[in-house]
Amino acid sequence: MTTPLIELRDVTRRYDAGPPALLDVTLTVAPGEAVAVLGPSGSGKSTLLNLIAGLDRPDEGTVTVDGVRVDGLGESGAARYRRAGVGMVFQFFNLLDDLTVADNVALPAQLAGTGRREAARRAAELLDSLGIAAQASAYPGRLSGGERQRVAVARALMNRPALLLADEPTGALDSASGADVARLLQELNADGQTLVLVTHDHDLARACTRRTVHLADGRITADVTTEAVR
Amino acid sequence: MSVLFRVVRSGMTRRRTQTLVITLATLLAVTASVLAGALLVASRAPFDHAFARQRGAQLTAQFDARRATTAQVAASARASGVTGSSGPFPTTTVTPAALGTLSVVGRADPGGAVDRLTVAQGRWARRTGEIVLAVDPEGPPVRLGRQLDFPGLPGGPTLTVVGTARSVSRTADAWVVPAQIAGLTRSGRADSYQMLYRFAHAATDAQVARDRAALAAAVPKGAFSGARSWLSVRLFATRETALYVPFLVAFGVLGLVMSALVVGNVVAGSVGTGLRRIGVLKAVGCTPGQVVRAYVAQALVPAAIGTGLGLAAGHLLAAPLLADTSAVYGSVGLGVSAGVDLAVVGGVLGVVAGTAWLSAWRAGRLRTVDALAVGRTPVTGRGRGAARLAARLPVPRPVGLGLARPFHRPARAASMVAAVVFGTAAVTFATGMAASLGEVITAKNHNAADVTVSAERPGEPGPVPPEATRVTAAEAAAVRAAIAARPGTRDQYGSVTAEARVAGVTGSVPVIAYAGDASWGGFVMVSGRWVRTAGEAVVASPFLTASGTEVGDTVTLTVNGSPVRIRIVGEVFDVGQQGLRVFTDLSTLRTADPDLHPTDHSVRLTRGTDVAGYVKHLNAVLKPLGVSATDTKSVNGSDGAVALDTLAATLTLILTAVAGLGVLGGVVLDTHERIRDLGIHKALGMTPRQTVTLVIASVVLPGLAGGALGVPLGLAVHGVVMPAMGDSAGLRLPDVVLDVYRAPELLLLTLSGTALAILGALLPAGWAARVRTATALRTE
Repeated sequence: MTTPLIELRDVTRRYDAGPPALLDVTLTVAPGEAVAVLGPSGSGKSTLLNLIAGLDRPDEGTVTVDGVRVDGLGESGAARYRRAGVGMVFQFFNLLDDLTVADNVALPAQLAGTGRREAARRAAELLDSLGIAAQASAYPGRLSGGERQRVAVARALMNRPALLLADEPTGALDSASGADVARLLQELNADGQTLVLVTHDHDLARACTRRTVHLADGRITADVTTEAVR
Repeated sequence: MSVLFRVVRSGMTRRRTQTLVITLATLLAVTASVLAGALLVASRAPFDHAFARQRGAQLTAQFDARRATTAQVAASARASGVTGSSGPFPTTTVTPAALGTLSVVGRADPGGAVDRLTVAQGRWARRTGEIVLAVDPEGPPVRLGRQLDFPGLPGGPTLTVVGTARSVSRTADAWVVPAQIAGLTRSGRADSYQMLYRFAHAATDAQVARDRAALAAAVPKGAFSGARSWLSVRLFATRETALYVPFLVAFGVLGLVMSALVVGNVVAGSVGTGLRRIGVLKAVGCTPGQVVRAYVAQALVPAAIGTGLGLAAGHLLAAPLLADTSAVYGSVGLGVSAGVDLAVVGGVLGVVAGTAWLSAWRAGRLRTVDALAVGRTPVTGRGRGAARLAARLPVPRPVGLGLARPFHRPARAASMVAAVVFGTAAVTFATGMAASLGEVITAKNHNAADVTVSAERPGEPGPVPPEATRVTAAEAAAVRAAIAARPGTRDQYGSVTAEARVAGVTGSVPVIAYAGDASWGGFVMVSGRWVRTAGEAVVASPFLTASGTEVGDTVTLTVNGSPVRIRIVGEVFDVGQQGLRVFTDLSTLRTADPDLHPTDHSVRLTRGTDVAGYVKHLNAVLKPLGVSATDTKSVNGSDGAVALDTLAATLTLILTAVAGLGVLGGVVLDTHERIRDLGIHKALGMTPRQTVTLVIASVVLPGLAGGALGVPLGLAVHGVVMPAMGDSAGLRLPDVVLDVYRAPELLLLTLSGTALAILGALLPAGWAARVRTATALRTE
């Protein structure tokens, strides 16, 4: 049996005195797998993603990614973990408005200590492969939504992460741009990139993944393959 | 509780740092302003009130009794411009046992048209054998009934102290009935007459000089032997408190400007980062006027607290300084005048309200929909060029990102620069002032000698009359020979103090006469040169002011009743005896006092000499001669400098703290405003250490710029304030006191701006490092 890339065991996360955002969640994701996390607002999708990304820590249970106990990392360790092992794509792109496209993409590598030239070379390569090389010197504010999300994907892939996390990557896009981004994620997964996709959009989940995990009130209510949903 | 009150309170609670910054800024401005205002008023007002009450003498003139009769002197009251006079009063100078030289005036009563004396203790002298001493606030208390002996006078008279009196014009050290004067002179008659005048015009030195010339012309030639202007008396009387005024005014102005800057920055920042809040307030029905009032109140409430605390601090700090002034004039409970309090409170709160209103006006004018739409994240194109350039710098990426930050918000960066400018200027000025005061102490003590030899004077404390320490020529020569014979001696000179009357100065002045070259003795020249030959002398600026002379003039001293002409060849920096000492060569006084020989000897040793061993061996030789050597340097009168340094250090500390808080406030606003960017950085793998680096790097350029601008400003303030302080004390300062900054210090001071900015940024940097990535990202 293959060692899972992501392994959550009995994870519980509570905020203040309210009901738990996640309760006793156990989940494994194999390397190269694409998993969509579906559920209504407040079901715990973003909390699950934050725990995997090391942006948050569980109150109970363990989170292990690529052999690293993410729940035990300090702030610096979590930052280094994200830098090396995780690429993140957000609904609203989260590009830095005052940096050019190329500088945005190069940033994770430079934070990891990669030299400026090497980072620029890798960024150019990614922008080229994602079809937005012509926009390298532009600022994000001048790009279309689809282009911005491509830039965000390029930035997420900059450090060749083992895991790509996408949080509603098409939520802020029109349908054409959304389909474009969905194709891109599909292609990446086809090339072996492990993908965890949080979305409300069943069509996107079907397009990009073979497995869907359904959350409701912080619990996994279903964990099925995409074919079953179809 | 009104809605507006709730809005103000919640705004202040949300912005605790900015509230603290405003409180501290106003606290500083008010403290320095109250001190400056109180001392400015106190330095002049009590003197002026007492002078008016006593109808003080605007000119205290001396007339040579050998050259003019009392009738001729009395007739001078009809000279041009004279509006009132008292006298003539017979005068003489005496030296009672165990007291210094006294200028004694014979007056039948303390009243009169001019210089109406206030009897402070006891009563006025009614008969011969009684004496009234002038109140000396710095001297020991006077015991009524004390007997003063005059062993050097014919018959060895003894006078009983029956009272003390206060003359704001300082017309004498003591008073007796006129008939007593003859018994206090060797010749049996008065040496001179004193006349006290008031004039139609005597507000300036030039007017007083004209009045003086008119008097000199009204009496026989040579009879007018000198006069003291009330302006120089006032200068001496007010110098202690007046000394503080220039630098307190400087700190007050710095504090006030900084308060305005900090308040403006904080309120503008609150508006900038609180756009959504403003939008919500307006959406729920707040009028533009209410929004403006809310934001002005958010600045005024902490400013009012700072003002209250500043008033208290200013009163506390002013109390000991004003107490000194009270003692001088005999006034009770001299406090900070209500006018000063009102002016300062009104001024500071007015500045705060005006600055806050200007910044809040923007909030009031914002359209609700715009305020809600803009939200927290700034969308501007500013700073992209800097960001692009910084991305190509060969520095770690967080440093590059931080360096580009100030260019996104130039106005906020400018306010940070301004805060650092004023903080650095304050540090530069305070450092320079401390160095200058150190130089003043060094210069005024004239103690460059490694070893000093003087007579052993056991017994009575207090001033020792020169007669008590007289030595013979043989004794002086023996001491000199013993010093010369001691291995390690490089140079030596002797010195002795004599008393002299000086044309142009009321009372006696000490004359320090030197045997040998004393130019290496630690005398700092303001202008001219040191004494080279007999007949030359150097004096300090108070002497020149009091006598109306300048370097190059010739002055006649009266020593032992004999005239001695001296040419002033230089102005030395000296504050001893109110700066009225005359420094000359012993040979200058040879004809007037042939028996005057050095009582003290100053020795400079050759390099590498063991000073302690030298003193020990020299003392073994000197003991039979009744003198002793010491390597302890006399350091006098540094209390004022310590007080000034302490006050300056306190105000500088507050000012730099406010500057640091100004930076902190700016960084906090910037961090709040760019919290989303921070979240993105962290999500991409920026570690807490890298976050701290980014935030600190963001203040490096403002810090450098502030330091580079603040140092010249501090130098300029020092260049203006120090001479002004010298003027307040009636002194011209030598170059060595003003040229105290060296290149390495200036470099350090410039870098202190960066250090100040970094200190101010540390707290928000820590906060930025700790903020949770998920929280930061959610703020979008």
